[in-house]
Amino acid sequence: MDLTSDINCPPREVVDVIQRDPVLMMNLLKLVNSSYFGLSQSVTSVNHAVVYIGINTVKNIALLTAALGVLPRKNKAGFNIDDFLLHSLSTAAISKTLAKKVAVPERELSDFFLCGLLHDFGKIVFTNFLPGEYQKTLLVAKEQGLPLYEAEMQVLETDHAQVGSLLAEKWRLPSPVVECIKNHHCRDSRQQLMTDAVFAANQISKKTGTGYSGDNIVQELPDKIYDLLGAEDIENVILSLGDVTATLDKSFLRQ
Amino acid sequence: MKIQFWGVRGSIPSPGAKTVRYGGNTTCIEVKTDSGQTIILDAGTGIYPLSQQLLSVMPLTCHIFITHTHWDHIQGLPFFLPLFISGNDIRIYGAFDPLLQKDIGDVLRDQMAYSYFPVRETELAADIQYTSLRERQTTEIGSTLVTGIITNHTALNFGYLIESNGKKVFFTGDNEELFNIYSPEDDSYEEYNQIIQHKNDFLHDFIRGANVIIADSAYTSEEYLAKKGWGHGTYEYCIEMAKKAEVPSLYFTHHEPLRSDDELDRIKKQLEARFSSSPGTPLLYMAYEGLEINL
Ligand SMILES: [Zn+2]
Ligand SMILES: [Zn+2]
Repeated sequence: MDLTSDINCPPREVVDVIQRDPVLMMNLLKLVNSSYFGLSQSVTSVNHAVVYIGINTVKNIALLTAALGVLPRKNKAGFNIDDFLLHSLSTAAISKTLAKKVAVPERELSDFFLCGLLHDFGKIVFTNFLPGEYQKTLLVAKEQGLPLYEAEMQVLETDHAQVGSLLAEKWRLPSPVVECIKNHHCRDSRQQLMTDAVFAANQISKKTGTGYSGDNIVQELPDKIYDLLGAEDIENVILSLGDVTATLDKSFLRQ
Repeated sequence: MKIQFWGVRGSIPSPGAKTVRYGGNTTCIEVKTDSGQTIILDAGTGIYPLSQQLLSVMPLTCHIFITHTHWDHIQGLPFFLPLFISGNDIRIYGAFDPLLQKDIGDVLRDQMAYSYFPVRETELAADIQYTSLRERQTTEIGSTLVTGIITNHTALNFGYLIESNGKKVFFTGDNEELFNIYSPEDDSYEEYNQIIQHKNDFLHDFIRGANVIIADSAYTSEEYLAKKGWGHGTYEYCIEMAKKAEVPSLYFTHHEPLRSDDELDRIKKQLEARFSSSPGTPLLYMAYEGLEINL
């Protein structure tokens, strides 16, 4: 659905469009959590934003973002945005499903979704601001069979987790979200559960080939995830999740 | 403090034989504190007759709080006569629009663009200061405190709570009841309900202890069925809000432009018949131009 062409689209569809798109989402949360609004608690879901500042303001923020064309389909880095969106969205859905499975309280589930959606946001930053260098990075990852974040370190001396978390911090997203983006490539079970869930969801998304975000290297899941689910390997975990990725509606991908 | 209504209409001024008693000017409320400060809530066309009265108190210091910048809440501002007279000190407050990166001063400047108005903002002789407010930021005017809270409208709208000399009044600005955008069978329905409840509690806690609520009650609940999402309240919702916040007096305002005096009388009678026996119902008043509340 195209937000810009339908001024009367129902609120729930507006919410739907925004929460499928990491860039719209980042922009919304950035503004809502900015000091302009001075809200007493940080907002981490679109629904939350709609209730607190109103559907029209939320829609206008989304329209403005869309109008600025932050996410050109074709970019000089040769990074496929449709595949990237699908990877982000599936990671979000899987992360939330994992959280549900291990009985995370209902009101915290939207944070698991959010972190899944935004975990690779740093890649968008590279694509937009360092297209030439990022094209080279993607090539290095491919030729040397490296995870993208390692190739980023080699070429750019930083990685998308670092850059994404810095932005999230600058835009006043809550610290668990910032931490999660920052550490989503650390397989270390002493972290917050959300980071482990996003780590795992990221691997599962790659393993099931839902979308693509620069490499297909699947890593071992955090022990905490295995323990909580009583599973031994990633196949077990995927089975236990049911058909989460298949239920993703791919129709949002613009042609 | 003394509160006086100068405009009680929503949307557009509505003069005429059928609105003589309640008045046809758009939103403007004057609050005079016990220590003599003048606070004005919104600058609809009602601010024009108010400004004529204020001409007798030059030099004037006053504080104008704008709930939001829809026409019916600002259209009297260029005609606020004290703006044209040097020696007057006029402070204008309102939300910053983070989207358009405009503050309340930009709005007045735009409103006075030469295509719309023969005097430029820079030509105004009074000393004018603009202040952009954040939610729950308190402005101190002497010992009087004014604090805004975001209510639910089609534009970013602040409801203002004024506390002065032990008395409190809350004005909603334009405000619609929050409703769930999902159907009960949807996944997000429960979560959304919880967020609504949280926000409502927040609003009620904010208002609790007020002596008076002045509330946007544009619609009856029957009319509302066709106006959901338009950003305005119903009489029934306002009564509910006053009850939840345990406020003893409720003034209905932002009357629909086509609502006649007789209709407003009739609606008030019907509401009293329906609600006044139920415990916790506040005293109900239909705001009219010239109505004074002494607290
Ligand atoms: Zn209005
Ligand atoms: Zn309005």
